[in-house]
Amino acid sequence: MSNLKNQTAAFISTYASDTSGVCSALYELGGMTIMHDASGCNSTYNTHDEPRWYDFDSYVFISALTEMEAIMGDDGKLISDIVSAAKELKPKFVAVAGTPIPMMTGFDFKAIANEIERQTGLPAFGFDTNGMHTYVSGAAKAFRAVADRFITDKLGKTSGLSVNLLGATPLDFSVNSSLQSAKELLTENGIETVSCLAMGSDLSEIRRASSARVNLVLSYSGLDAAKLLQKRFGTPYVVGRPCGAFGKRLMADIKAADRTGKNAVGFAGSSEGDILIIGEGVFAGSLAAAIREETGRKAFFASATEFDDGLFGEADVIARDEAELRPLIGKSRVLIADPLYKPLCRGMGIRFVPMPHEGFSGRIFRKDIPDLTRSIAPLLEQL
Amino acid sequence: MLKRINGTDPFLASIKISDAKYPAPFPSQLEYGCPARGTWNIVHTGFLIPQAHEIFVCAEGCLRGVVLTAAEMNASDRFSTVEVREQNLLDGDMEQLIIEGVTDILGSLDYKPRAVLVYTSCIHHFVGCDLGLVYRTLRERFADIDFTDCYMTPIMRKSGLTPDQLMRQQLYSLISLREKDPKKINIIGNNLPTDKACELFGLAQEAGYEIREITDCKTYDEYQSLGEASANICFNPVSKCSGEELEKRLGQKLLYLKTSFSYDEIEKQLSALCGYMGVRTPDFSKSRERCENALRQTREIIGDAPVVIDYTAVLRPLSLARLLLTHGFNVTAVYADGFTGEEREDFDFLKMHFPQLDLFPTVNVRMRSVCRTRESKTLAIGQKAAYFTGTRNFVNIVENGGMYGFEGIIKLCGLISDAWTSEKDTRRLIQIKGMGCGCV
Repeated sequence: MSNLKNQTAAFISTYASDTSGVCSALYELGGMTIMHDASGCNSTYNTHDEPRWYDFDSYVFISALTEMEAIMGDDGKLISDIVSAAKELKPKFVAVAGTPIPMMTGFDFKAIANEIERQTGLPAFGFDTNGMHTYVSGAAKAFRAVADRFITDKLGKTSGLSVNLLGATPLDFSVNSSLQSAKELLTENGIETVSCLAMGSDLSEIRRASSARVNLVLSYSGLDAAKLLQKRFGTPYVVGRPCGAFGKRLMADIKAADRTGKNAVGFAGSSEGDILIIGEGVFAGSLAAAIREETGRKAFFASATEFDDGLFGEADVIARDEAELRPLIGKSRVLIADPLYKPLCRGMGIRFVPMPHEGFSGRIFRKDIPDLTRSIAPLLEQL
Repeated sequence: MLKRINGTDPFLASIKISDAKYPAPFPSQLEYGCPARGTWNIVHTGFLIPQAHEIFVCAEGCLRGVVLTAAEMNASDRFSTVEVREQNLLDGDMEQLIIEGVTDILGSLDYKPRAVLVYTSCIHHFVGCDLGLVYRTLRERFADIDFTDCYMTPIMRKSGLTPDQLMRQQLYSLISLREKDPKKINIIGNNLPTDKACELFGLAQEAGYEIREITDCKTYDEYQSLGEASANICFNPVSKCSGEELEKRLGQKLLYLKTSFSYDEIEKQLSALCGYMGVRTPDFSKSRERCENALRQTREIIGDAPVVIDYTAVLRPLSLARLLLTHGFNVTAVYADGFTGEEREDFDFLKMHFPQLDLFPTVNVRMRSVCRTRESKTLAIGQKAAYFTGTRNFVNIVENGGMYGFEGIIKLCGLISDAWTSEKDTRRLIQIKGMGCGCV
C-alpha cells in the first residue's frame, strides 16, 4: 500500500491538472479541444487556469459525459458531437483530453482520434490525460504531439542564430510581460525567434520551426518536443528560462549549442541549504541559478511538478506533497514559493518570499506575478 | 495577447420561443462555459455551516477548482484535500485513503472543527467505494465531530438529484432532532439570505412566528437550533428535496411556497403560509398596486430598450419575462439551456402571446464565437445575459438575489432602474465567483 498520508493537503493548494495543460498548450493554435468529462473541468479550466478566456476566443469545450454514457461505453455520441461541432466551427485540428472517468472506463483515445480524423478530415489527437498529474505533464504531451504532427518539413536553417521557444503557457508565464521580455532579450543578443510553442505563434509559424538552429526549453513541458525535434532535425536544445543574471548564461549556452550541437542545462549546480524555491522545475531551477550568481548564497529548488532527474543539481528534488515539502522547508532559511504555500512555514521560523505562480494559485495573485526576465532585484530585496 | 474583434451572428444560436420545445429547447452536445461566475458552487454552499471544515477527496484535476474556490473566498483555513492517485484505483485502498487522509488532516489542523463535510467524487461512485464503512469508522474515531457525506459527482447530474440538489440537501443533514417550537419556522434551501422586507417575514411576525435561515447562523449551535422549527419554507425548486428530506427525518412540515413573478401565484403562496399559521390572509391589493406603480415607473425610465434575462439571475426567468412583457417592457431574449417544471405555463403563454421572444442557450458551442455586443443600449438581468450582450447596464444578481413576493418585484424594479442609469464594470463583476459569499 502506498503512503496514503502523502496525499493529504491540510493547508496548501494544488496544481492545474494535465487536462488543463493540454488545453492551455493548444489554446492559440486554432484547434478545437474537448475535455472528455462530465462537468467541472471546464469551469476550473476557464476560471483558474486560462487567463485568455475572456478576451481570446478558443474552441475549448467539454463533452458533458453522463453516467449512462460512461457505463454503456457510448463513445458514438462523443464522436458524433465532435464531428458535428467541427463541421460547423471549422477548427484546424481536433484534440480530446481525458479525465478520471475515461481512464477508469478504458477509453481508447487513439482509436477515437482516428475515427474523428476519418470523419472530419482534420488532424485529430487523443491525449490520455486523467486529471491525476500536473499541467506540465499534459502540456508536454500536447507540445510533443503538435511538434510530431505539424513540424515535419526539414527546412533550411536560418542564416543567423535562431531559436524556437518551447513550453510556453500562461500557467508558467501568466499574461504579463515575461514572455515578451524573453523574446526581446534574445533579439538583443542577436537571436531570432522563429516560433513559440505555444504563445503568440500560429500553426504556420510553428510549421517553420525546423529552420531554427537551437530550441530553448522554457519549461519542462517543452522538453519532449525538443527531444523529438533533435531526433528529427538534429536541433540541439538548451533548458532554462531567462531570469536575472542567469539570462546571460542562457544566451551563452544557446550560442554554444549552436556551435557544438550539444544540449545544455544551465541551472544545475545547487547545494542544499539557505534558500529553497518551490515551483515548476525549469523556472525554479533558473531562478535558483540567478540567485546563486547574483548573491553567492546557496539556493536550490524543489520541483513540485513533473521533472527529470537528469536536470537536477545535487540538492534539487521532486517534491509535491506537504509531507515531502515540510522537511525541506525545515532545513532552509528562506522559502520562495507561491503565496498559497505560506501556511507550510507556520512555526518554522523561516522567511517566506511570495512568488505567485498561475499554475498553482490561478488568478488570485495574477497582478503580483513579476517579470524577472531582466532583473530579479525586487525578489532579492525580500531575501 | 490576441483579442477578439467581432463574432458570428448571435441569432445563429437562438431559437424563437414559437419554435422551441419544452423543457429543453436545445440539444445536449459539447458544452462551452462562459466566464460569468457569480453562481455558487458546492464549496460555497458547504461553508454556510458555521465552524465546519470541508475535506474534498478526488483527483488533482477535480481538486483544483474547489481548492481555489476556497482560497478566493479566503476560507482555505477551513478547507483541506485528499488526492486520489492512480495507485489508489489499482490498490483498491480507496476507503483507507479517505479514512487515513481525513484522520491525518484532523490531526494537523490548528483547531477542532465542530463538523466535517467529506466530499467524495465520481471515482468513488464508479469503484463502488464503501462509504458506509468510511463514515462509520470516522464517527468512531472522532466521536466529538459530526461528519456528513457530500458529493462532487457531476457525472450523476442526470441520474437523480444533481450535485447542487444533493449539496443543498446535505447542508441540513447534520441538524439533529429536537423538541419542536410551534412558533418557529425556517426558510431553507437558499445560498443567499432572504430579503427581510419580503412578505414572509412580515406575515410571520404579525402572527407571532419567528423565521430563521442558515444564513443567520453564526455558530454551529445556532445551526443546530434550526432543528427546533416546526416547518420549513422552501421556494427554490432545486431545494425542494431538502425540505422533503427534513420533513421525513425531523418531522418539520414542508411549506413549498414557490417563487413567482405572477401576482396571483404570489398571493396563493402567501395564503398557504397564512393557512399554516392559522391566520387570515390579508388583502394584498395595495401590494399589487405598489408593484404596478413600480413597474410603470421603471418602464418609463428604460422605455423601449431591449431587455434580456438569464436563468442565473432569477429562479423563474420565464415568469419574469412574462411579467415584464405584459407590462410593456421590450423583453427580447431569455438565456437558458432548459426550464424547470414550474415554468411550463409561462412557456406556453409566451409561446402564444409573444412568439418572437428569442431563446438563447448559454452552453452551446456556437455561443463561444457569437458577437457579444449589441447596437442599441441593452438592459440585462443577470450576468450571463450581460456577458453575451456586452452591456454595462445590468442587474447583478444570482438566484433571485434574496428577493421574494410582491416586495421582490418592487425591489427588482429598483435594481432595473439603477442598472439603466448607472453603468457597471461587467468584466470585473461577473468573473467573481459565488456572488455574496465573500469572494472579491
